[in-house]
Amino acid sequence: MTTELKPYMDVDSELCKGCQLCLDVCPKSVIAISDKLNSSSYHPAYYIGDGCTGCGLCFYACPEPGAIRVVKP
Amino acid sequence: MAKVFEKPTSFYSNFERKTAGSKKSTHYCPGCGHGNVHKMIAEALEDLGLAERSVFVSPVGCSVFGYYYFNSGNFQSAHGRAAAVATAVKRTNPDSIVMSYQGDGDLAAIGTAETIHTANRGENITVFFINNAIYGMTGGQMAPTTMIGQRSTTTPGGRTEVDHGNPIKVCEMLATLPAPTFITRVGLGNSKQIMQTRKAIRKALKIQAEGKGYSFVEILAPCPTGWKMDPPDARDHLLSTMEDIFPLGVYKDTSEDVTEDHWKRVSLPFDVNKRHEYLQAMKTPLDLEPVELKQDLNCKFAGFGGQGILTLGLFLAQVGMKAGHQVSWFPAYGPEMRGGTANCSVNICKDRIGAPTVEHPNVLVAMNQPSVEMFEDEVVDGGWVFLDSGICTGTASADRLKVTAIPAAEMADAVGTPKVANVVMLGAICAATGTFEPDYVKDTLRVIVRKKELLEMNLAAFDAGWEFVKNG
Repeated sequence: MTTELKPYMDVDSELCKGCQLCLDVCPKSVIAISDKLNSSSYHPAYYIGDGCTGCGLCFYACPEPGAIRVVKP
Repeated sequence: MAKVFEKPTSFYSNFERKTAGSKKSTHYCPGCGHGNVHKMIAEALEDLGLAERSVFVSPVGCSVFGYYYFNSGNFQSAHGRAAAVATAVKRTNPDSIVMSYQGDGDLAAIGTAETIHTANRGENITVFFINNAIYGMTGGQMAPTTMIGQRSTTTPGGRTEVDHGNPIKVCEMLATLPAPTFITRVGLGNSKQIMQTRKAIRKALKIQAEGKGYSFVEILAPCPTGWKMDPPDARDHLLSTMEDIFPLGVYKDTSEDVTEDHWKRVSLPFDVNKRHEYLQAMKTPLDLEPVELKQDLNCKFAGFGGQGILTLGLFLAQVGMKAGHQVSWFPAYGPEMRGGTANCSVNICKDRIGAPTVEHPNVLVAMNQPSVEMFEDEVVDGGWVFLDSGICTGTASADRLKVTAIPAAEMADAVGTPKVANVVMLGAICAATGTFEPDYVKDTLRVIVRKKELLEMNLAAFDAGWEFVKNG
């Protein structure tokens, strides 16, 4: 028996500049902003862990080349 | 099959060229539109298989550091000149995929000329125009695309039509030209716009790859820092304000009509083997007849424009060239074709000439008094000075110089026209310096005088000048 693979997004919290554009575009509102600061003093975005459809809109809305990765199995 | 959205491979994995901050993140501010466009260009290059032969031409502006990020060929051009640089890269490397990437200050202010003429030639390149309506890098000054009423550091009360003119609409302007293939304006205001931008970028690059000509993608982009807004507010502002002034849409698209390679423009590098052919075309009609040079002549000829000062220099230089010496002729004159001051420097030397200017002449021809006064002190001791005695009042340095006062204009008039006063001077120079024999110079004049109806007068003028010195 295989585990069902779900789509997910992942934020590299060190590269995120906390601009929150991914929050705005996410149709499922499954991205949030961390209370913690990263080493560049930004509050990075993070995936709340459930509900991502793998649409990729956050990837294109994000200005950082490597901050967001979206996997749609 | 799994779909993964991640950093395109046509970016460097580490941005090693960056000098400050993380080698993984860009230098752009949070929420800047440049990162989005960079990402979509990089993705398109990867997906279309163009990355290996792509050349990214960066402007001056925030995106000046394009070469930090794109794992491609990179140029960083002078302010505004990216389209001209891209033209050269494309024409000399026709198989490359050449992108210029420019902001509004670079493309629509200092680079307006390059932008228009590159489009007008239909160069087979892709221009990405990031329009954020402000000068971002330099601190938020007014740009050509700044909107009426928009505040910037140089328009603290808002841009006005009266003081600053209206925002320039580049797509609309370029779409009036016949050559461009694809002109479109897209935005980064929301997901729908972003995906349209992605599509436009891919289409523009595809048009270039197919050799279908010039493609131009204007992208309305937010500058949260310059606009003094949070990133989400900046995107909203873009949607609510910029779009009205800069309507999105396709302004021109002939990509279905043009044939592949219709717009292929290739300029081959200079062919050194053709050098002799080119030189032959410019070759003097004079045949070499060597004459020994007794001493180097460093000449300054000066007078009013229209007296034939520069022509006198050319004549003597050509005589020297025919005689097999190193020569130079260096003119200096005002903007007036007639009536201004003019002088030229002529060197005739045995050895190579280091500089074409003459600071301390040993031959001075002065055809007006201001020229005498300007140059007499610079003539070396024992140098020859020739004055038109009908025009000049004299020199204060007569005791250390060999001065010949000769009524050149009057003598020229006597042989037919005052225009040949310069050749009277040529005769006098040759006689006094003993450098070239009369027949030798006159044979040269027969070849180089362009107005053949004036040839006889030129020859008579030369004789008159020669005789004046030899026999008084």
